[in-house]
This record gives sequence, structure tokens and C-alpha cells, in this order.
Amino acid sequence: MATLVSHPDEVRVISKRFGQGATDIDRYLQLDGYKAVQKALAMQPDAIINEVKNSGLRGRGGAGFSTGMKWSFVPKQSAKPKYVLCNGDESEPGTCKDRLIFEHDPHAVIEGVMIAALAVGSHTGYIYVRGEYRYLLVIMQKALKDAYGKGFLGKNIFGSGYDLDIHWHGGAGAYEVGEESALMESLEGKRGIPRIRPPFPAVVGLWGGPTVINNVETLAAVPHIILGGADWYAKLGTPKNGGTRLFCLAGNLNKPGVYELPMGYNLKKMIYEVGGGIPNGRSLKAVVPGGSSTPVLLPEEIDVAMDFDSVAKTGSMLGSGGVVVLDDNACIVKFALRTMKFYRHESCGWCIPCREGTDWLEKTLIRFHSGGGVTKDIDNMYYLSENMLGKTFCPLGDAAAMPTMAFVKKFRKEFEDHLDGKPCPFEKVGEAVLV
Amino acid sequence: MRFSEQFETRFKEMLTHYPTKRSALVPTLLYAQDEVGSLSDEVIGELARRMDLTELEVRNVISYYSMLTTKARGKFNVQVCTNIACMLRGGEELLEHCERKLGIGHKGTTPDGLFSLEEVECIGACSWAPAAQVNYDFHENLTNAKMDQILDEYKNKLNQ
Repeated sequence: MATLVSHPDEVRVISKRFGQGATDIDRYLQLDGYKAVQKALAMQPDAIINEVKNSGLRGRGGAGFSTGMKWSFVPKQSAKPKYVLCNGDESEPGTCKDRLIFEHDPHAVIEGVMIAALAVGSHTGYIYVRGEYRYLLVIMQKALKDAYGKGFLGKNIFGSGYDLDIHWHGGAGAYEVGEESALMESLEGKRGIPRIRPPFPAVVGLWGGPTVINNVETLAAVPHIILGGADWYAKLGTPKNGGTRLFCLAGNLNKPGVYELPMGYNLKKMIYEVGGGIPNGRSLKAVVPGGSSTPVLLPEEIDVAMDFDSVAKTGSMLGSGGVVVLDDNACIVKFALRTMKFYRHESCGWCIPCREGTDWLEKTLIRFHSGGGVTKDIDNMYYLSENMLGKTFCPLGDAAAMPTMAFVKKFRKEFEDHLDGKPCPFEKVGEAVLV
Repeated sequence: MRFSEQFETRFKEMLTHYPTKRSALVPTLLYAQDEVGSLSDEVIGELARRMDLTELEVRNVISYYSMLTTKARGKFNVQVCTNIACMLRGGEELLEHCERKLGIGHKGTTPDGLFSLEEVECIGACSWAPAAQVNYDFHENLTNAKMDQILDEYKNKLNQ
């Protein structure tokens, strides 16, 4: 459904089978499908974990934690069943990559879950698909049915004596459920209220059993790592940042789209070459590098390698791969306001700093943008955000605070331009935005 | 309370997927809503009974998820995204256009019950913005004219 794009700099690993009809299980088999899991069945669990560790694969949901390391935290012996949970609740604004994986390569996700299950000794996996992605849930339901039909799932998979079940699960609209502990609550049929940690899910997760939770793109990379080898995968990226990544280029660009580029690809090049630059003769004002929760970068900060460690050095985050580009016609106050409106809407209200903070910040920004701001508001917004950081059960509070602090800090002048009842300097009066 | 055969088959199968009954609740609520139009008192009572929950526990879950509703929506629920990526490419203007065209605001329904309108948060179509969903169908790279055409098509679909 979503339009596919291409660029010569792309390195296709995850997206190798996009547009190849791989939703069909026989076609997937022709394209090396289910080979990796058979290879993994012949490996010791520790060897699988080491291979993934050495590949430098880091969580593609946004946190960037080492996947192999995460798997290694699962206890070998457990009285309760162990689980693998694939997080397909993609909903960080700016991010639309897992959608393409589900749409074009659902069996790669299943195969990734299978390999993760073998690595940690689990016999049950779940693939959680966000409620809005109904057509993708239908694709996943069929893919699972087909995999069972071939005997790849169920009892004695591939004649190995290993039993493995994988089930689909659908959400019903909630950003916060993308956070791992809220995701488990949702799967257990509850409100997506986050759990306090420790204990971490790897020890106490779904129904109290040890649980590995990985993002769709992370799991889809695993079969490629098992087949191609850790060294090959690691070398595609930069040190400690193995492989490739699906970058979702969005906003004021000539060629927005989802592109698979090596980890560490230069952001400036990504915007001007891959994304085709800024349209309508406008210039670049700012970039949100990894989804709406990541601090904004100024044009002079974008000569940076897009890997977890390099972006962290700029004070921002690589995040979820959603690169949102703003041209000089965009109002930062308005942008900050829309970002906060989202977090206020999605805050579950469990933790007071997040519930009150997002509401207060949104109200201040609405008033500020409409010309009713006072100088003190600017520092108050920063101070309020600062006091939300690290004070909530889940990172939604941080996700709301971090970008706000960056907007205030880096665009103070623009906030000041909205003071004293002045109309927003960017208000589009009578201008048709839509073509 | 009767659901479709497909619903019952799926429900029965889902219960075998989890160690607890209530784990099937969230997807079941959405499937029930799709069939009935909303999560009516009757639906809530029935699902609570089936899953050994109180009605309050079910309502507690419903109120958390943005797609779940106890009030009936129009036959075609038009959900326009105005989140950051869509906003930069005219999402808000698109929403305003839909408001004018349908004569209703956020969460409103047309008097004939055909369309309802919602301003929604990110639907995962950022690289193809501005975007909207009509029920579960994605519509991307939208313009006002394209949106008009889409809405007319849904209207005609019903007349056929």
C-alpha cells in the first residue's frame, strides 16, 4: 500500500524482499526464507546469543540496547514459561518503518521471533500489531497460519523435537503501549499502565514469566545475521552499531520515504541527497532526528553519523528512525505545541509529573502560540520539563520533556518573537499549503 | 447477544493462545466493535461474562484505548492525522477541509450517519503525509481534491 522508494546508497538487508511478493510463504522460501531458523536449530542457544551480540545489533525501537545482551539476561532455568514478544505497536510520531516490514516481509518477523525463542529457550511467542494496522494484522494472521500449515510452527518444528507456538495479538490505539511494560499489560488484557522496574521483563515479564521484548525491525534483522554472520552484519555499520537501519524521511523534503541505509550514514547527506533536499526553494530550519521524542537538531548540527553513539554526542538520540525535516517556514512554537498535544493525549495519568506536566506544558504552549505568553513562560517551560525527566515509571514523561527543553533552548529567540501579543510570525494567512 | 460465526471461531481460537482468558480482551473488544458499531452495554455485559470480568473492569480497559468507543460512529470514520509529519505537509488544513465538507467537527457524525470525523494522532504514514484513515483503509499523499474524491467514493460505495 505505502509507496516504496529507492536510492543508490541504500544497502538492502531488511528491505531485501520488499516488493518481491514475500508475504506468500512459498515465495519467501525461494528467497532464503526459514533457512536461518533451521541453521539456528543446529546451534547451541549461547552460540545464537553470541552471534547476535557480536553483530552489534541494537534495539531498533529507539532505545538502542544490545539485542544479544538483552537475550542473555533471560535466566536459563525458569519455573514459569518464557516468552518472546514482538513489539509492533509502532506509534512514535515520524516512524513508519515496521509497517513496511509487516506489509512486505511478515515471515521474516516470524522467523526472527523463532530464533529469539530458540536463543532463550522459549516455546511461545507473540506478535503484537497496533490496532490501526488492521490490514497488517490480517497479513500476519495469514503468514502464521501458513507457517503452521507447513509445520514450521507447532509441535516438533522442522523435526527438531522443539515445540514452538507463535500467536498474533492486536492493539486498539495507544502510543504508550509501545513501551515494553505497558505492552505486556496490554497483552494481558489490561490498560497499558507501565510496571515499575526492576524486575525487568527478562526476569519477570508476561504472566510473571521471563520475557524478551524486541521491536519488529530488530527481530526482522535476526535471520539475516544468522545466515550472513555477525562479522558481515557488524561491518555494514559503524563500530558498536551494526548493520543497516530503515530511516523514515518525512516532513519538508522533496523525496520523503523509507530508505534502508547503513548505520552511521551522514544525516546531512540523508536530507540533501537521499531525501532530495528542501522543496520550494526554502532552507533547512531544524531536524528531529529519531521520532518526536528526540531533541531537535539545528542545521549546523546535522553533519553527524546516524548511529546511536554519534547522535547521542550531539545531545539528541537516534531513536526510532523517524527523521522529520522542518523548513524555514515552520513555526517552532507551533511544532512544540503539536508535539506536546500528542504527549498530553497519550499520557496515561499514572505518574503525576507526566500527567500534570504534559497538560500544563500544552496549556502554556497554546496560550503562548496565540500571543498570550509572558517572558517567564519560557523559563517555566524549561524548568517544568526538567522536573519531569526521570521521574516517571515509563519514558513517556521523558519523551515529552526532552524535545521541549531542546526547542526552548535552541529557539529561544523564536519564542520571544511570540511575546507581547504579537501574532505568530509564521501564521499562514491566506496561503494554500496543500497543492 | 449474537456475533458472527467468524467472530466466534476467532474468539474460541484466541482463548487457546493465552494462559489467562482476559488476555484476549483488547483485540476481542475491537472485533466486537467492528461488528456491532460500538461497545454497547449489551456487548460489554456479554464480553465481561465470557471473560470472567466485571463490567467495570471491561469499561476500565475500553476507556484507555483511543480506537474503542461506547458511542456509535458514522458508517465511515474519517481519521485525519495532524501530528508533526502530517502537520508540516498540510494535515491541519486537510482536517479543516473535511470539517467544512462534511459540516461536522472532531468526533462529530453527519446527520445521515454516513460519516464521522476524527483528528487522530500519528497513524504511521509519516513518509506519505498528509494521511488519513477511513475505517481501516489508509489514504496517503493527500490533497483537498483527492480527499473529496475519496469521500465521494465511499458515499457511492453505499449507494451501489
